Amino acid sequence: MNAHDQDRMKKLLQQALPPVELGPEPGSGPSHDLWPAVLHRLDGRPAPVPWFDWALLAGLAALTAFFPAAIPVFLYYL
Amino acid sequence: MENGSSGAANQLDQFRQGSVAAFETLFRLHQRAVYGWILRIVRNPAAAEDLTIETFYRIYRAHARFQPARGFEAWARSIATHAALDWLRAAHPESETLPEPALELAAAATADPAVSAEIRVKTAQAFNRLPPKLRIAATLAVVEEQPQKEVAAALGISVTAVKLRVFRALRLLRKDLASQGITP
Repeated sequence: MNAHDQDRMKKLLQQALPPVELGPEPGSGPSHDLWPAVLHRLDGRPAPVPWFDWALLAGLAALTAFFPAAIPVFLYYL
Repeated sequence: MENGSSGAANQLDQFRQGSVAAFETLFRLHQRAVYGWILRIVRNPAAAEDLTIETFYRIYRAHARFQPARGFEAWARSIATHAALDWLRAAHPESETLPEPALELAAAATADPAVSAEIRVKTAQAFNRLPPKLRIAATLAVVEEQPQKEVAAALGISVTAVKLRVFRALRLLRKDLASQGITP
């Protein structure tokens, strides 16, 4: 594809998808105040548990399942 | 003026330390620009609002990694671009048609009599089938005519990589249209 073809494709694309115009008037932004939703998102989503915490928990569960005698030892060290 | 710039620096510093009040001030200052940037990419006002919320959520979660030297706006734009890219990847990956709001935006174009409405719609549909990484570069650099340096910074790639992605997008688009018998 040469430079001339590229220019033609660019022009066609600009015809098919005109640039989004955001005017200076207040109504051209978001339709409502998004801050409450941002706050809600920050409050609502707990911090993700790191993968190694899950791995440790799984290892501990497996150990106690296969070696139940180890449970009193763990309880002692808690 | 000095007071203003030191106040802004103080605001950024407080935000970096996790202050929600400073974050709200930054949100009020930048939400419109972030929303506009996202809208340019996704071309869907409802999705742009959701992604603006997601972007600021990601911004706050990453507050400790913020580098004031880079500037808040450029950093926010980069996070917004990646949120929009995730949306493009998840939304209608194999769709044959654009979402309705995008079609409305396309229909609002100043019609060039040399290009029929059918060709414009088919071009928009073919563009929507491009890989999101190529589509986002072409949208920002060609459709929105944003400076390539800004597009590169937002995507976290070099200017050369932006040019390459745009070239590949246009070549794939041309190939798709040619397969439908449309020769631009």
